[in-house]
Amino acid sequence: MPKDLSVKRVMVIGSGPIVIGQAAEFDYAGTQACRSLKEEGVEVILVNSNPATIMTDKNIADRVYIEPLTAKVLEQIIDKEKPDSILPTLGGQAGLNLGMELEESGFLASRGVRLLGTTASTIRKAEDRQEFKDTMERIGEPCAASLVVESVEDGVAFTRSIGYPVVLRPAYTLGGSGGGIAHNQTELENILENGLRLSRVGQVLVERCIAGWKEIEYEVMRDGAGNCITVCNMENIDPVGVHTGDSIVVAPSQTLSDKEYQMLRSAALNIINELQITGGCNVQFALHPASFEYCVIEVNPRVSRSSALASKATGYPIAKVAAKIALGYTLDEIKNAITGKTYASFEPALDYCVVKLPRLPFDKFITAKRTLTTQMKATGEVMSICDSFEGALMKAIRSLEQHVDSLLGYDFSALSREELEERLKKVDDQRIFVIAQALRKGVDYDTIHEITMIDRWFIDKISILVEMEQALKEGPLTVELLKEAKRIAFPDCVIGRLTGKSEEEIKKLRYRNGIVAAYKMVDTCAAEFEASTPYYYSVYGSENEAVETNPPKKVLVLGSGPIRIGQGIEFDYCSVHATWAFAKAGYETIIINNNPETVSTDFDIADKLYFEPLTPEDVESIVRLEKPDGAVVQFGGQTAIKLTESLMKMGVPILGTKAEDVDAAEDRELFDRILEQTRIPRAAGGTVYTAEQAKEVARRLGYPVLVRPSYVLGGQGMQIAISDEEIEEFMNIINRISQDHPILVDKYLQGKEIEVDAVCDGTDILIPGIMEHIERTGVHSGDSISVYPAPTITDTVKEKIAEYTRRLAKALHVKGLINIQFIAIGEEVYVIEVNPRSSRTVPYISKVTGIPIVDLATEVIIGKTIRELGYEPGLQREADYFAIKMPVFSFEKIRGAEISLGPEMKSTGECLGIAKTFNEALYKAFLGAGVDLPRHKQMIITVKDADKGEAIEIGRRFEKLGYTIYATRSTCNALKEAGVHAKKVNKISQESPTVMDLILGHRIDLVIDTPTQGRDKSRDGFLIRRTAIETGVNCITALDTARALVTSLENKQEQFTLIDVASI
Amino acid sequence: MVGRIVGLVCCLLCAFPFLVIGIYNRDSIEPVNFWSGDTSLKDKVKDVKGYNTEMTGLYKKCAFFFLMAGILFVIFPIAGIFLLKPSCSCAIIKRLCRRTAKKGSRYQMKAFLILEDGTVFEGTHIGADKEIISEIVFNTSMAGYLEVLTDPSYAGQAVCMTYPLIGNYGICLEDMESGRAWPDGFIVRELSRNASNFRKDITIQEFLNNQGIPGIAGIDTRALTKILRRKGTMNGMITTDASYDIHSILPRLKEYTTGRVVEKVTCTEKYTIQGSGGAGWRVALWDFGAKDNIAGSLVRRGCDVTVYPARTEAGKIIEDKPDGIMLSNGPGDPKECTQIIREIKKLYDTDIPIFAICLGHQLMALATGADTFKMKYGHRGGNHPVKDLETGRVYISSQNHGYVVDMDKLDPAVAVPAFVNVNDGTNEGLKYTGKNIFTVQYHPEACPGPQDSGYLFDRFIQMMQTKKGE
Repeated sequence: MPKDLSVKRVMVIGSGPIVIGQAAEFDYAGTQACRSLKEEGVEVILVNSNPATIMTDKNIADRVYIEPLTAKVLEQIIDKEKPDSILPTLGGQAGLNLGMELEESGFLASRGVRLLGTTASTIRKAEDRQEFKDTMERIGEPCAASLVVESVEDGVAFTRSIGYPVVLRPAYTLGGSGGGIAHNQTELENILENGLRLSRVGQVLVERCIAGWKEIEYEVMRDGAGNCITVCNMENIDPVGVHTGDSIVVAPSQTLSDKEYQMLRSAALNIINELQITGGCNVQFALHPASFEYCVIEVNPRVSRSSALASKATGYPIAKVAAKIALGYTLDEIKNAITGKTYASFEPALDYCVVKLPRLPFDKFITAKRTLTTQMKATGEVMSICDSFEGALMKAIRSLEQHVDSLLGYDFSALSREELEERLKKVDDQRIFVIAQALRKGVDYDTIHEITMIDRWFIDKISILVEMEQALKEGPLTVELLKEAKRIAFPDCVIGRLTGKSEEEIKKLRYRNGIVAAYKMVDTCAAEFEASTPYYYSVYGSENEAVETNPPKKVLVLGSGPIRIGQGIEFDYCSVHATWAFAKAGYETIIINNNPETVSTDFDIADKLYFEPLTPEDVESIVRLEKPDGAVVQFGGQTAIKLTESLMKMGVPILGTKAEDVDAAEDRELFDRILEQTRIPRAAGGTVYTAEQAKEVARRLGYPVLVRPSYVLGGQGMQIAISDEEIEEFMNIINRISQDHPILVDKYLQGKEIEVDAVCDGTDILIPGIMEHIERTGVHSGDSISVYPAPTITDTVKEKIAEYTRRLAKALHVKGLINIQFIAIGEEVYVIEVNPRSSRTVPYISKVTGIPIVDLATEVIIGKTIRELGYEPGLQREADYFAIKMPVFSFEKIRGAEISLGPEMKSTGECLGIAKTFNEALYKAFLGAGVDLPRHKQMIITVKDADKGEAIEIGRRFEKLGYTIYATRSTCNALKEAGVHAKKVNKISQESPTVMDLILGHRIDLVIDTPTQGRDKSRDGFLIRRTAIETGVNCITALDTARALVTSLENKQEQFTLIDVASI
Repeated sequence: MVGRIVGLVCCLLCAFPFLVIGIYNRDSIEPVNFWSGDTSLKDKVKDVKGYNTEMTGLYKKCAFFFLMAGILFVIFPIAGIFLLKPSCSCAIIKRLCRRTAKKGSRYQMKAFLILEDGTVFEGTHIGADKEIISEIVFNTSMAGYLEVLTDPSYAGQAVCMTYPLIGNYGICLEDMESGRAWPDGFIVRELSRNASNFRKDITIQEFLNNQGIPGIAGIDTRALTKILRRKGTMNGMITTDASYDIHSILPRLKEYTTGRVVEKVTCTEKYTIQGSGGAGWRVALWDFGAKDNIAGSLVRRGCDVTVYPARTEAGKIIEDKPDGIMLSNGPGDPKECTQIIREIKKLYDTDIPIFAICLGHQLMALATGADTFKMKYGHRGGNHPVKDLETGRVYISSQNHGYVVDMDKLDPAVAVPAFVNVNDGTNEGLKYTGKNIFTVQYHPEACPGPQDSGYLFDRFIQMMQTKKGE
């Protein structure tokens, strides 16, 4: 079927801010789809509230709206832009839900706009639990049997019909409390009775227990003519029970015979055909490990995280093909862009093994429970490719950048066999390391399998790695052994550690014997056809396939690895833009990255893509082969910066700001000297190594002080300490990971926090704009609400900031990007931190000012000057609208995580509010972050004593908005004294009804809870905040944020000014 | 003096059997240990030859010890006794034996794959210990290695699997597509040492050994695939003889042809399988090397299937009055089957509904005047898209063929293309004009590969039904 010519203007809905479970993969999918639509001559109108994305660039879509993703806003955009169709299947669940809402309300029909791709009825069939179940039953595809019961008798009767064990899930209880697995009638009766009592609605879901079954996924494509193919299947190493996003996943499936593989494949096609999906779709199955029995777990009728993974694992561009299908093409009409010979109807054949590991945020949330459940917790993921499973696993482990480079990464050697077996029962992110230790201790495969239900084949592969450790330890290190160790991707440093040699010696030994990495192609067809735009992965002991090229200029762009809190999608934005800018300047570009969710790892972004870990050794292997003329590290976040020294040792020139200048910004003494020279003030402080030294410095400066390690991103480990005890505690936490660099202790200054991104060409500097944070200093800049243009500082301060920026950039010999944070106290300006590299705010400021600063920085790096690029140096004219960046958190996903804001970054994403006035922009920003108030007009205020004064004013304003205010005793008294009506509510320890009961009653809009200074010690505050978050109540922990919220609510409006960002 | 001589003789008597046993054992096919009690490492031996050579060394050492002891006896008896003592010490011998065994078990027998173009791949030996010359082909299926190994169409060929991890789920004997394994050799990147599946009967190593199939592992299968892609399918040799002489081998490789392999793979006697309930259509399956699931697919649809050997005369089949005739897949160059082609022409002339797969499809085309040619490297895998020209629908198919019907030389009055390959546009199926005959190049019976085209069997049954109705 040829292209549908009636489609001319398509609105694409993005997925909004990055949260756990909905990350960069949708930027990748959206970007690919938009480019694919534009390729077909279709006009693209893009809506996404996330400014850090590449899809919201003006060269990706024709019209770009960075607006809150709500039905109201979309309706207004539709009325303004008049698209003829909407493509909702590329923006994750958020985009899909919005598309459905618009369709169901009849709005789309009234405006003559149609949904492209999968139809609304299909989406309903796949998304609605009951309808899905009925559909599956009709076509004979089994689902896990389940029933909602309201009495013990019903539960027992139902269980008798489906058999034990069963999972019991009480409806509406906090975090599934009161549920469990029952293996017999006694257990069932006990749990069910308890669960029915705990459930607010007296309902418990009884479901057949499929925990421990193999979890298998299929990525399926179907076009409008009904042609179906499976792109890839994937096997989760962690059996059912762990969310696939948190599982170790391998592609293709390894332990399925052809009979099982084809049975599930046929089932997947059967389902997608019945649902009439057009485009991409993900089907998840649970397969009984000892029979052919299987259940359909779920179907995602859209592009998903798994499809991004499948795309990168196979080279098959799912989003691109899905977009073409939406335009009416059939699979046999769409060319496979990697081979240029085959068609999209060709199922990819892999001749390698892919392993995906999740990047979990437990290093940020040390109080959080590490247990992995059906609730996804990973913020990002890494993928690695090798010709053996062992090699792929080893590469994936070191790609995570968690100070772990082998299965020896976490030390469990103190545990006895029994303790290890006990520890294996705990399903967490360290389980494979525990398995490795259990194997070292001689626990047999069957025991491990029975406890973990992980297939013996995977256990054997882990055992092969453990045996290699042993063999290396026992020695002697023969050439044969070294070859074998490299074949399964042991890094030199680990081989060195095990054999008692240095990494350098191992490397020399390798080179002497010709044991070097070779690169193989990902080409979708297992070498059956020639490939035109492949990408590469390393193997040892095979022939090299990476095509040797000798362009005039060749540049290496280092990616930023897995998405984690503090290093998100922004750096991928920077890497991709830098790559494009270099390509435009005639360079051959090479990207190294390992994150399957990103745009940078798409096959057609750089001339060459190496899907490899970002460690010195892996990068060096590529450098040896490619011999680039230079490398840029300033766009890839801390991951790339950390590789600077190694790159210089390899003889690769660092383009842009020199490594020693980067050092100068991080090194306390060097930096102090620069500040002295440039006469720029900063908070007093000192560098320390031990707790004793820290206390000494702190006493000299006077409390409160800021304690933080140097060379980290996102303020990791940064804390405000108010006493010696706290210093002691924080130093302990910081020093849990051995520090190569000293720890900084600074006087904590409270003032307005200002942030600036600038481009410097060595002489001139271009400042696109100054951003001001709404929260006072002390809250990490990534977690603060950031306003451009800065609304409350005077012109004198602005000038001072521009001047300081210029002086600092020049003193640090910056060539490229620089990011500086200042504190403004009155007319005084102090420097907090200087980062001579790209920052989190770069995409945001580029978009709202229309100045493409990454492109400019890249041109500057190549040798152009700011004037040559057509810009007048200095601070640019302010825009005549406000753009407010709002942080978005994923606290509800991570049980036990402390949610109060502080110097350590905690947000996972951000959204933007852009409007003519400050108030409207603020309202939009809150709306974009999902704060849609008021609902019940009830709130709780409980603040620490120091905040009572400010809380009164905020309380009064909320009261005026019609809010009923509940407050704990002392806050209540303070409010009442000031004439604000407040109802007293009991603390948790007191008698019912307490604060908790109020929150759990689902009648509260908002909780304002400021934690006591420093690290909150009271369990009460922690519990209140956690409960609020887990019941979906908005919870604010900084009064500045609360004030901003009330301002936004006072200015709530229905009609918005819509700004096309592409026209800025 | 007499005592010394007796000592010498005793020692020589001891040394002699050690020497003889040692030399004899070197060529044993089973791993031989120093004494029968020690079996600890026997099952871990990968290279029997290497292991036995290592063990022979130990035997020889013992013989040498006794010899030395004997000589010493003559010169200096006390020393001789001293030397004898350790030779007879159980503990020492045990330790020596264990060490030698461990060393021997680490040996991996080398194997070489020598291609017609002179390329040599060095890897480790797997499977049976024999040297073969065969046509080297590659298969891109990611699962289903057992089905590939037992597909009679691979007779006369050695198969290279492009997916690098093979043997992961062992061998489930019920999945065999015929009574035995057919390829001459098996080429893989890595053979899994662990086999994990609830239906696993034996490991793939055991299977290759039992079936007498030699192979090579640990080679860069992707590099091999690329050579075959660029230069086309070629012949090759798998050998464990490290002192091969390439100059004498290359001409031998060039000479090799698969020959008339159909005769080797077809059944010897006619037999019938009763359908599982249903309509009871009587189908004649002409076996040129049929995969079991062809009969299986028909039987599951309620047909009684009578299987005829390849050399059967058409008349005999027609005499049995089947409702429909199924021409099976099979190995080799279709043009070699001159006799069968002549017989098939007789079937064409009847009005019995005919459905043909793969070789059967090519033979029917040849019988009706069309031509076939050898493709550069064929289609072997489970991911090829074929388009049904009648409906425009695309199906992913399981494929295994090196020859193809030449579309340019089709006479539309006889047959028209019904299916084409989406990637390279080659013919994938024919519909015979004015006849109840349709044939496909690919494998609707799947195993291994996608089951998307199973509907073709239904179409065949539909055809028989229509015919009967007339």
